[in-house]
Amino acid sequence: MSMLSFEKKYRIKGGTLIGGDLFDFWAGPFYVGFFGVAGAFFTLLGVAMIFFAISQGPTWGIWAIHIPPPDISYGLSLAPLQDGGLWQLITVCATGAFVCWALREVEICRKLGIGYHVPVAFGTAIFAYVTLVIIRPILMGAWGYAFPYGIMSHLDWVASVGYQYVNFHYNPAHMIAVTFFFTTTLALALHGGAILSGSNPKKGNTVRTAEHENSFFRDSIGYSIGSLGIHRLGLFLAINAGFWSAICIVISGPLWDKSWPEFWEFWRQIPIWS
Amino acid sequence: MAEYQNLFSRVHVTAPPDAGGPIDESMFKRGKPRMSYWLQKIGDAQIGPFYLGGLGLASLICGFIAFEIIGFNYLAQVNWDPLVFLRELPWLSLEPPKAEYGLSIPPLNEGGWWLLAGFFLTLSVMLWWLRMYRRARALGMGTHVAWAFLSAIWLFLVLGFFRPLAMGTWSEAVPFGIFSHLDWTQNFSLRYGNLFYNPFHMLSIAFLYGSALLFAMHGGTILATDRYGAHREIEQIVDRGTASERGALFWRWTMGFNASMESIHRWAWWFAVLTTLTGGIGILLTGTVVDNWYLWGVEHNIAPAY
Repeated sequence: MSMLSFEKKYRIKGGTLIGGDLFDFWAGPFYVGFFGVAGAFFTLLGVAMIFFAISQGPTWGIWAIHIPPPDISYGLSLAPLQDGGLWQLITVCATGAFVCWALREVEICRKLGIGYHVPVAFGTAIFAYVTLVIIRPILMGAWGYAFPYGIMSHLDWVASVGYQYVNFHYNPAHMIAVTFFFTTTLALALHGGAILSGSNPKKGNTVRTAEHENSFFRDSIGYSIGSLGIHRLGLFLAINAGFWSAICIVISGPLWDKSWPEFWEFWRQIPIWS
Repeated sequence: MAEYQNLFSRVHVTAPPDAGGPIDESMFKRGKPRMSYWLQKIGDAQIGPFYLGGLGLASLICGFIAFEIIGFNYLAQVNWDPLVFLRELPWLSLEPPKAEYGLSIPPLNEGGWWLLAGFFLTLSVMLWWLRMYRRARALGMGTHVAWAFLSAIWLFLVLGFFRPLAMGTWSEAVPFGIFSHLDWTQNFSLRYGNLFYNPFHMLSIAFLYGSALLFAMHGGTILATDRYGAHREIEQIVDRGTASERGALFWRWTMGFNASMESIHRWAWWFAVLTTLTGGIGILLTGTVVDNWYLWGVEHNIAPAY
């Protein structure tokens, strides 16, 4: 029922990091494992805290929900539940759930006898989240520097933090991150398009080969990275997009607390031409 | 963990270069391929053969003209001093005409050069689109890459052509400059009451981040299963092997759902295409249909009450 036709022979015991055979089973299509149980605990607790926090606020409107971190005056201490304590609990649960998810992926990789590339890449996304809500607030001395949980309210936070540095687009790490995001999307379009155009060829042709893909990119842009290389490139670009996003926010405040446009005055001061 | 993780190629196979699939070379011939030792570490060693073609030649000439117009305007702005040019390069900008010119053709030094540069850049991009379409057809392939490219061109044209047209003045368009286009972006958001409240901007960002997520997932899956031959994707599409099965099961066991070797590339194509497609819609609506996205959000009860 929930198994694919070829799935049965892959469902084998073993490969767990912790818990031995105890949690080594599936629930429907999902693999459980120790980290499935632990992750479910964090998720259920965290979601319950979110609903509790919403119930104490003014609205159930999905867009307008706003669960803020403690005020700056609390510094790095624990805050009362209604004053940001819920935000702190939710953050602990979210981080725990993300890490459990990554470790559950590791266990699945071990079961299937495949590399750890996906959990490692996911680790970069976790790193970016942890940078925003834990590392940077600790470096700046208050949980109040983290972003609030809420669809529009976290966008307001992004806008207002951007304006604190006058124009965030001048942040060099932000420039690098945006460039990686755009380049990843470009490469994804080229790769997706190449595979689809090979497997869905011009009417009357048989399915094309990797050699046709190579010819297409060599003819049109002078280089084809190849069917293996494109996945190395794509993974590299995507991981860097997340990594530099984390860098661009963690240097804003701890390393540079002025206007980002002003930062570039160093360029004019270079001795060759100043 | 010390085992081979397929992040680079250890074994370098040397073979004669691949000449490429047969195409009509009566007018233009393909160039000569070269090999690169360092490229082979991560990808294919072979560079070229490049096919120039009439469309490619015309596109490159138009792009070169646009590039030169912008560059010489920068040089004129710094009194033709090459050192000051380099010093000021990030701040230099070729600005569109002032609002009082509307959609008319202004004098060269008051936006006329901007209009010309935009014209040649657009021509170059459109010719390159035709080229991408024709190169795919010449090899008997589908035209998916060209149509994805058109989605990017759509955003480019909305920013520099369709929206200025709808607003009745070229002054609405984006300037050609490094910092100046960043300033334009910031001011655009401020002027129209915070672009984050624009639902199409939200969609565009979601697809942009989603594209990075998808490529991390897909790239990671293929590299992780490549010991079973996963990167031979077209072969796996028509004849599924254990690499595809393991990749699919990885996601099924992780999140309860999996794509197939073909459908993951449809997800990829659509996420990338929708990034610029929705982005273009969001820009086109701004100032034409909606004047203030924050007030729009308040009106539709999405703004938080602090």
